[in-house]
Amino acid sequence: MIAGVVAAADGPDFLAARMQMALSLGWHIIVACFGVGMPAMTLFAEWRGHRTGDLHYALLARRWARAMGVLFAVGAVSGTILSFEMGLLWPGLMGVYGEVIGLPFSLEGIAFFIEAIFVGVYLYAWDRLPPRAHMLTGIPIVVAGVASAFFVVSANAWMQRPTGFQVSGGRIVDVDPWAAMFNPATPHLTVHMILAAFMVTGFVMASVYAVAMLRGRRDRYHRLGLLVPLAIAAAVTPVQIGVGDWAAHSVADGQPVKLAAMEGLFRTGRGVPLHLGGIVLKGELRYALEIPKALSLLTHWDPDAEVIGLDAVPPQDRPPVNVVHWAFQVMVAVGFALLALSIWLGVVWWRRRDPPRSRWFLRAVAVSGVASVLALESGWIVTEVGRQPWVVYGVLRSAAAVNPAPGLVWGFVLVTVVYTVLTIATVYVLRRLAADQPVPVAPQERDVTSFRIV
Amino acid sequence: MPLPEIMLGVLWVGLTAYVLFGGADFGGGVWDLLAGRAEGGRPRRDLIEHSIGPVWEANHVWLIFVIVLMWTGIPPVFAALSSTLYIPLTLAALGIIARGAAFAFRKVSTELPQRRLFGAAFAFSSVATPFFLGTVAGAIASRRVPAGIAKGDLVTSWVNPTSVVAGVMAVGTAAYLAAVFLTRDAQRVGDERLAEDFRRRALGCGIVVGVLSAAGLAVLAWDAPRLFAELTSGRALPLLVLSVAAGLLSLVLLWRRAYVAVRLTAALAVAGLLWGWGVGQYPELLPGVTLRDAAATDSVLAASLGALAVGALLLVPSLWWLYATFQREHTAPAAREHDRR
Ligand code: HDD
Ligand code: HEM
Ligand code: HEM
Repeated sequence: MIAGVVAAADGPDFLAARMQMALSLGWHIIVACFGVGMPAMTLFAEWRGHRTGDLHYALLARRWARAMGVLFAVGAVSGTILSFEMGLLWPGLMGVYGEVIGLPFSLEGIAFFIEAIFVGVYLYAWDRLPPRAHMLTGIPIVVAGVASAFFVVSANAWMQRPTGFQVSGGRIVDVDPWAAMFNPATPHLTVHMILAAFMVTGFVMASVYAVAMLRGRRDRYHRLGLLVPLAIAAAVTPVQIGVGDWAAHSVADGQPVKLAAMEGLFRTGRGVPLHLGGIVLKGELRYALEIPKALSLLTHWDPDAEVIGLDAVPPQDRPPVNVVHWAFQVMVAVGFALLALSIWLGVVWWRRRDPPRSRWFLRAVAVSGVASVLALESGWIVTEVGRQPWVVYGVLRSAAAVNPAPGLVWGFVLVTVVYTVLTIATVYVLRRLAADQPVPVAPQERDVTSFRIV
Repeated sequence: MPLPEIMLGVLWVGLTAYVLFGGADFGGGVWDLLAGRAEGGRPRRDLIEHSIGPVWEANHVWLIFVIVLMWTGIPPVFAALSSTLYIPLTLAALGIIARGAAFAFRKVSTELPQRRLFGAAFAFSSVATPFFLGTVAGAIASRRVPAGIAKGDLVTSWVNPTSVVAGVMAVGTAAYLAAVFLTRDAQRVGDERLAEDFRRRALGCGIVVGVLSAAGLAVLAWDAPRLFAELTSGRALPLLVLSVAAGLLSLVLLWRRAYVAVRLTAALAVAGLLWGWGVGQYPELLPGVTLRDAAATDSVLAASLGALAVGALLLVPSLWWLYATFQREHTAPAAREHDRR
C-alpha cells in the first residue's frame, strides 16, 4: 500500500504536477514583474508631463496605463490559478504547512486589495480627478505592488530556509509566524526579486521603443519612451549584481547542496575552482573551463576555504545538476551583458547628455528585454529546481506533498493548452495596442460609445 | 470569542462578499450571453461592461482572500477539499482565466471579429465558473468530502444531486444579483428603457431562482438530510426565514421600481442562504472534523487576524471610495469623447 503510494508519487502525475506548477509560475512571474515595475514608470511619466507640460510624457503615461490595464487583468487571473494550484497540486504541503506561511499570504491579500482598488480608480477615473489627485491614487499601486512581491517571495524563502515552527507527531504544534516570514533567505530573495521586476519592466519597455526606432520612428516621443524605462533599469542593474552576489553567499551558508549544483561541484574540497560551462555526464562535470580556487575565493573570500560538494548528501537528495548549473550560468551571463549595456548608456550620457546614437545600441536595447526575462526565469529555475527533491528544504519532500489523485496529467495538458491560447491572445492584444494610434482620454473609458460594438 | 470562530467568521464574511460582488460580475457575464444579437444587444452589453470595468478586479480579490484564509486558518480542510475536488476546481480556475482575460481583451480590441470572440469567451466562462464553484459548495454541504488527502471520490463528490442544484443556484443567484444591480445602474445613467428591460429580467430571474431554491430544499431533504434538518428546524431556521422573506420582498420592490432598496433585500436574500448553510453545518467542517480539529495554532490565527484588522483600516475606506466614485452620478461617456486626443 505504502509502496503503491510512493510509486504513484514518482510517476507521470508527479512530473505533470511539477511541470504545471513551473509553467504557471513561470508565466505569472513575467506579468507580475510589470505589476511591480510598470506603475512606477507610468507615474513617473505622468508626473513629468504634469510638471513640464511636455505632451510626450503625458501621452506615454496614457499609453502605458492602457497596457497596464491588460497586464493587470492577466496578472490577476494567472495569480488566482496559482493560489488554487497550491492546494490542487500540493495538498501535502498546504494541509500541514499552510498555516506557517499563512501570514505573508494574508498580508499579500491586503496588498492585492489595495492594488486592485487603486488600479480601478487610477485607470478609470483619469478624467474625473484633478491631475494631482490622480497621481496620488497611483502611489498606493506602486507601494502595494512592491509589497506583494515582498510577501510572496518571503513565503517562497521560507520553503528554502524553513524556520519558525515545531512539528510533533506529523502536526504543527507551535508556530512563530513572524519568524517564518523573516527567515534567513527572505532578505536577499525579496530584494533580488523586486530589483529584477524593475529590470524586466524597464528593459522590456525600452526594447519596444528600440524596435520602433530601428524602424525609423525617431521622434521625441519614441526617444523618451526608450530613455525613461531604460534609465531606470540601467540604474538598477549594478545593484542587482551586487545583490546576486549576496544571494550566492547566503545560499552557500544555508543550502550548500544547491550551491554545489549551481557550480557543478561534485567533491567537497579546499581551494576549489569555479566551473564555467560544462555538462554533467555519468556523475561528473565535463568540458568545463576551470578557474583555479575561484569558487572558494568567491564564496568565502578565502582561496583555500572549504566548499561543500554534492557528495555531502546521498544521490537521492541531490537536485538535477545540469539544469541548475546552466540556469545559473545563463542568469549571471545575462546579468553582466545587461551591465555592459547600462555602462554604455551611462558613459555616453555622462559625456553628451544624450543616449548613444549607434544602431548597435538600439539593437542591444531591443534584445535586452528578452534577455532580462531569460535571466528572471533562469534565476527562478536555480532557486526552485535547486531546492529539489525538497519542497520545504530538509523538511518535506516534493513527492510527499503532491496530490495522490490520479489524472493530474490531464489537468496539466488542459492548463498547457489554456496558457498557450492565453499567451497568444495577450501578445496579440498588446501588439494591437502598440500599433493603435489615438490615445483615449481615460485609458479604460473608451468602452462605451467610441466602440463599434459587437 | 475564541480565535478559530473569529477566523471562520471572517472567512465567511469574505465568502459572502465574493458571492455578492464577484457573483454579480459573473451574472453580468450571464446577461452578456443573453443580451441578444450583436446590434440589438449592444446597449445592454455596453452597460454591463461599463458597470463591471472598474470594480471587477477588486471584487475578484475576495476569492483569493477566501482561499488564503482557508489554508491559513483551516489547513487540513483546505488540503482535503482541493485534493478531492481538484477536477471542478481546475475547471473553475480555467474559467476564471478565460473570463478575466477575455473581458480585458475585449475592452481594448476594436474589430468586430475579435470583440465577438473575446466576448463569447467572457460570457461562456461567466456561466461555467460559478457553476463549478457551486458544485464544490454542494460537495461540502452533502458531506462528500472526507478528511485526508484525496480520500473522496473524484467524480461523485461533485457530480451528485446537491452539487448540481448548488451549481445551478450559483449561476441563478449571480444572474439575479446582476440584473438587480444593473437596473439601478441603467437608471443612474439615465436610460429608462434599459432599466425597464433589466427590471423585467430581474423579476423573471428572481422567480426562477425562488422556484429553484424550493426545489433545492427538496433535494437537500433527500440528499443531505442533516443540513436540511438544521435549515428547517434547527439553528439555521431564522436565517432561512430571513432569506425567503427578503427574496419575496425583493420581488415586490422590483415590481414597484424601488431600485435602490431592492439592492439591499436581494443581497440579504442571498446572504441569508449562505449564512444559513454556514450556521447549519457549524461546527463540523468535514464529516467528523470540527472547527477545533482543523484550526491552525493560535499564534497563527492571532497574527493573521491582527494583520487583517490593521489592513481593514486601510481597506474599508478605500473600497468605499472605489464604489462611491463609480456609483456617483456622471455624464454619459459620450460627452467626454470630444476631448479625445
Ligand atoms: C533580471 C534578472 C536577474 C539578474 C540580472 C540576476 N538575477 Fe539572480 N535571480 C533572479 C533574477 C536575476 C530571480 C528573480 O529570478 C531570482 C529567483 C529568486 C529570486 O528571488 O531571484 C534569482 C535568484 C538567484 C540566486 C538563488 C537564490 C536562492 O536560491 O536563494 C542566486 C545565487 C542569484 N540569483 C545570483 C545572481 C548573480 C550572482 C547575478 C549576477 C550576475 C544575478 N543573480 C543576476
Ligand atoms: C515571485 C513570485 C511572485 C511575485 C513577485 C508576484 C507578484 C504579483 C503582483 C505584483 C501581482 C499584482 C500585479 C498584477 O496583477 O499583475 C500579482 C498578482 C497575483 N499573484 Fe502573484 N506574484 C508571485 C507569485 C505568486 C504566487 C506563488 C501566488 C500564489 C500562490 C501568487 C498569487 C497571486 C494572485 C492571487 C494575484 C492576483 C491579485 C489580484 O487579483 O489583484 N503570486 N502577483
Ligand atoms: C514566480 C516565480 C517562480 C518560478 C518561475 C518558480 C518556478 C518553479 C519551478 C520550475 C518549479 C518546479 C521545480 C521542480 O519540480 O523541479 C517550482 C515548484 C514549486 N514552486 Fe516555485 N517558482 C516561483 C515562485 C514560487 C513562489 C513564490 C512559491 C510559493 C510561495 C513557489 C512554490 C512552489 C511550489 C509549492 C512548487 C512545487 C513543489 C516542488 O516542485 O518542489 N514558487 N517552481
